[in-house]
Amino acid sequence: MLSKRNKEAFFNPLSKDNPVLVQILGICSTLAVTAKLEPAIVMGISVIAVMAISNVVISLLRKTIPTTIRIIVQLVVVAALVIIVQQILRAYAYDVSLQLSVFIGLIITNCILMGRLEAFALSNKPWPAFLDGIGNGLGYMIILVIVAFFRELLGSGTLFGFQVIPQWCYDHGYMNNGLMILPPMALITVGCIIWVHRSRNKELQEK
Amino acid sequence: MNKNSNIYQIIYAAVMVLIVGTVLAFIYMALKPKQDDNIANDKRKQILSAVHITPASDDAIEETFNKYIVAGYLLNKDGSIADSTENVAFEVEMKNNIKLDERDLPMFKCKLDDGSEKFIVPVYGAGLWGPIWGYVAVNDNGVDIYGAYFTHEGETPGLGAEIANPKFQDQFKDKKIYPDGEFKSISVMKAGQKPTDGSEYVDAISGGTITSRGVQSMLQDCMTPYDPFFRKLQSGTY
Repeated sequence: MLSKRNKEAFFNPLSKDNPVLVQILGICSTLAVTAKLEPAIVMGISVIAVMAISNVVISLLRKTIPTTIRIIVQLVVVAALVIIVQQILRAYAYDVSLQLSVFIGLIITNCILMGRLEAFALSNKPWPAFLDGIGNGLGYMIILVIVAFFRELLGSGTLFGFQVIPQWCYDHGYMNNGLMILPPMALITVGCIIWVHRSRNKELQEK
Repeated sequence: MNKNSNIYQIIYAAVMVLIVGTVLAFIYMALKPKQDDNIANDKRKQILSAVHITPASDDAIEETFNKYIVAGYLLNKDGSIADSTENVAFEVEMKNNIKLDERDLPMFKCKLDDGSEKFIVPVYGAGLWGPIWGYVAVNDNGVDIYGAYFTHEGETPGLGAEIANPKFQDQFKDKKIYPDGEFKSISVMKAGQKPTDGSEYVDAISGGTITSRGVQSMLQDCMTPYDPFFRKLQSGTY
């Protein structure tokens, strides 16, 4: 069940082979959904679900898919899953679906999905593909949560919508940094995380 | 079987699309009634928000709505009631109702616990990325605003989306739409600025300029047709 190879498929994406930090995939949505923590977490969970299922589906179909149209097949599978997630959220978690609005649809354009389907699911059995999907989804979600934590804290003074920076700070002239809410600061935050991550993992540094 | 022959590819694609299409259609059909309920309940919740009422739980939304919103009407251009059949105001879809000269004018009458009556009108306009809409409750004197509720489809979180924040909406309470006897919609101004026409104003959202302007013109466009009705309220001839 958990051979060395399977473990690697699951644990590598969390840090050493993180989709955002190392593979530099999924940057676009990392910038878009991380202004607040809550949407970042729901987005992370949705991506994990779509990744895991689409990895398994593509892995099951891998011997039948004609190589010339494989990208189209992957896209159709991902798009169908994303629509299903969207419909289910609308029926059972209406408030959350309103908050995420367009972002759920954006999962389709998340490069991590296509990247993993191409690089892993097409040439591996369903079980490792499933682990790889969960691992990469989690790796993506961890980064989203870290970025959203700093952006919401510094940009709005709140966490999960609750005020955490006390009023007396504002009374003494502290101000929320409006720049943190804008996408460029997400990019810079991700840059800082990559910096910290590389300096702790020397083998990832380019010579 | 040759996986790269044209026939195989075409059949593969066709079958795949058929299966996916069927599955999606089935899921859509299965979840549609539940989604419609959610949408209707969400609308009820929004209307109640304009009069500062929050249903105790999601199951109590319909009950609370029926308790406080005592009637819904469509109004004529002169402010008189055109249609008072049940649900007629609730069923108006504002997004299909934007042509100025031929729009329906829905209005909800609300009776609060203390016996006072509020009149709620829907507003609908454009933000930065998509539609914004809301409900404005006017006191029975026809002059000042009792409460306002706004929401949006996809404004930028933390910026334009802040119009859905109660902090922004609470600013509208007690603002006069007839500051000097003439109808003047509420302006949404950058902090420190004042409107030149003497209308009452609220602070805009910093970083959400276009959405804030959208709120201002939405109020202007959607409240003006109710001018005759508000005047009826003022003169007590409603």
